[in-house]
Amino acid sequence: MSQLPASAQGASWWRTLRGFQGRNLWFAAFVAPFVLGLLVFVYIPIAWSAYLSFFDARNTINPTRFVGLQNYRYLLTDPLFQNSLLVFIAFAGFIVPLTYVCSLGLALLLNGLTWGQAFFRSAFFIPTACSYVIAAMIWRLSFFNGARFSLANQLVRGAGGDNVNWLGGTNYWYWLVLVSLRLWLQVGFYMILLIAGLNRIPTDTYEAAALDGATGWRTLRYITLPQLRASTVAVLMLLLIGAFQAFDEFYNLLGSISGYPPYARPPLVHLYLISLGGQQQDLGLGGAGTMIVTALIVFFGLTQNWLVTRADRRAG
Amino acid sequence: MSFSRRNFLFLSGGIAAAAGVTACGSDAGMDSSSDSGASGGAGGNVALSQWYHEYGEEGVEAAVKSYAADYKDATVTVKWNPGNYDTLIPTTLLTNDVPDVFEYGNGPTLDMIQQGQVVDLTDTLGDAVSKFNPSVMKRLTFQDKVWSIPQTVDMQLLYYRKSMLDKAAVEPPKTMTGLVEAAKAAKAAGMGGFFAGNDGGVGVLANMLIWSSGLEQLNAERTQAGFLEPEFYAAISAYRDFFNSGALVQSASAEWYDAAAFINGEAGLQWGGLWSLTQVREALGDDFGVLPFPKIGDSGREAVPFGAFSSCVTAKGKNVDAAKQFVKWLWVDQTDKQVDFSNSYGTHIPAQPDLVPRASKLSEGAGKDAATFVRNSGFASDIMWTGPLGDAFNAAVINVVKRNADPQKEFAAVGTKAKAELKRVSG
Repeated sequence: MSQLPASAQGASWWRTLRGFQGRNLWFAAFVAPFVLGLLVFVYIPIAWSAYLSFFDARNTINPTRFVGLQNYRYLLTDPLFQNSLLVFIAFAGFIVPLTYVCSLGLALLLNGLTWGQAFFRSAFFIPTACSYVIAAMIWRLSFFNGARFSLANQLVRGAGGDNVNWLGGTNYWYWLVLVSLRLWLQVGFYMILLIAGLNRIPTDTYEAAALDGATGWRTLRYITLPQLRASTVAVLMLLLIGAFQAFDEFYNLLGSISGYPPYARPPLVHLYLISLGGQQQDLGLGGAGTMIVTALIVFFGLTQNWLVTRADRRAG
Repeated sequence: MSFSRRNFLFLSGGIAAAAGVTACGSDAGMDSSSDSGASGGAGGNVALSQWYHEYGEEGVEAAVKSYAADYKDATVTVKWNPGNYDTLIPTTLLTNDVPDVFEYGNGPTLDMIQQGQVVDLTDTLGDAVSKFNPSVMKRLTFQDKVWSIPQTVDMQLLYYRKSMLDKAAVEPPKTMTGLVEAAKAAKAAGMGGFFAGNDGGVGVLANMLIWSSGLEQLNAERTQAGFLEPEFYAAISAYRDFFNSGALVQSASAEWYDAAAFINGEAGLQWGGLWSLTQVREALGDDFGVLPFPKIGDSGREAVPFGAFSSCVTAKGKNVDAAKQFVKWLWVDQTDKQVDFSNSYGTHIPAQPDLVPRASKLSEGAGKDAATFVRNSGFASDIMWTGPLGDAFNAAVINVVKRNADPQKEFAAVGTKAKAELKRVSG
């Protein structure tokens, strides 16, 4: 082999970098803006919050007073925060399966329709496009208002009951309001994801099963659900993250000019209140809190994933 | 809308802001004029910028711009800031592009002072400090230094229907027991009882239970809670009984900061803002009276909460001295402008008591009473009553009143929290 001139060597290096037909270049051209955006608006802020969480960072983003784990200790010994975490672990354990079952139920029903499928799919999906704030206002001011003119109270009175103060906090009915609103807003979206999953199951599998005499429940249990596992895993993960990140509908249903009640308080609402809620701007506490919530999401997310995919591992 | 204004009234500093909310509907054309406009014309070479939040009443923006234009020693540019002003200011102060002068509810926060973001105005104010309402100045002073100059004062108070109480032969309530009795009389008269918000009043009245039972939020050294006393436990138990008595209206068509529930008879007595005074007078004529929150227990006292938007000077500004001179000129010397600011757009109280008689809305009747209440019984949340502390306190109040928790146990936890919190923020 005779040695190539330096320029030719450089050109070949460049050619490798560019890739066939300049594919690598195009890849970089398309991906770089998003990576840059992610870096600037997501990863750097995450790292910066982690950094701030070890400082006394009130009204500053360049703190100088290192406080070690003090912010973490402060939050973990805060009874309201402890309570909020416990309630929302329980809430996740309840709302994730409930939303999943409702979405799957709707998806299966719609999938079986021979006419009007597109119409019903849109009808159930439309709430997804509705603002959480606006929906919360409607729930709070007209459906579940504590006064006698609200829709729910008119129904209750029609059935011979007394006016209920739904969101007042003297009873537990606010959970009904919160859960019904959340389901109305979210079920349609996950339904669409699951319908997409259902459409990917080949019909000949069902035909083969039908020839073997499988119907109804058995088809669902042994064909549909296993084939839907990939969608299920994704939907459950999104639901779990969503449960821990609950904010908008809670804040707008229960919050008021004087703050937020101690019950049904999502961790993020609590963190918002104590770090940014009044006139203060305590970025150290806020940073520590988000780290704690992130750790919880990662832990429960991994656990859930492990549980859901257990069957696969067994089969494998 | 109350829901969009997330951080209202946490430190009860948002009282004035709440006044803005109630009048929100009246200023639809605000967007077009929200740009910063140069208002100074003949001013000197020095350029200053001054920030306000968006007042709800019509005409305030034009008024503050004309005040600034009258200043001869500098060119003052007024910026009118719609949106979440409480968050805008702390965020802006982190940057290098800060206003020279800005207003803030009850002066700068503890964090702004500790971070050195605002300057000490003690010398600027000098002897003039004695011209101002002492309750207000006490709130604006921290560690013997004055950090801002009050612009105008807002407050909350108790409205009642005169004719209704007369008919029932019940005295206007001066004590908690009297309030319960009056509320029951109102209910018997078919008006609903006492209304202080759709949360049963626990939000807006929480701090009143401390002050009205003769106690303070914090001890004198600001090292621990100052209200963990039998008087306070008795006060909150009394309020819980009231809450459960059926004479406390728990749901109405509007919130406490709107006078609608009082005007249309959903409540015979209502806790509300001074900002509703004109509206109530138009609707009911002379058939109403105002009172401070009644005293609770034998060692109690009457109390009203106040909030004062006050002018602060930023440390990063390029002309700190000129800015100091400007705020002194506007909020100390220019008394005509101060009266105009308080009296011409909604109902507010001038921060200098000597100017109160010049405010036509406060010259007689309920308005005059209100001005007296602030002077004699005005309270505002302590500067070290932080967001987390206020939140923990309000949570405990809700747990006791609505969920029958034991007051001693609930507030012992708040006491522990207070100690830790005060240590944290002072260190």
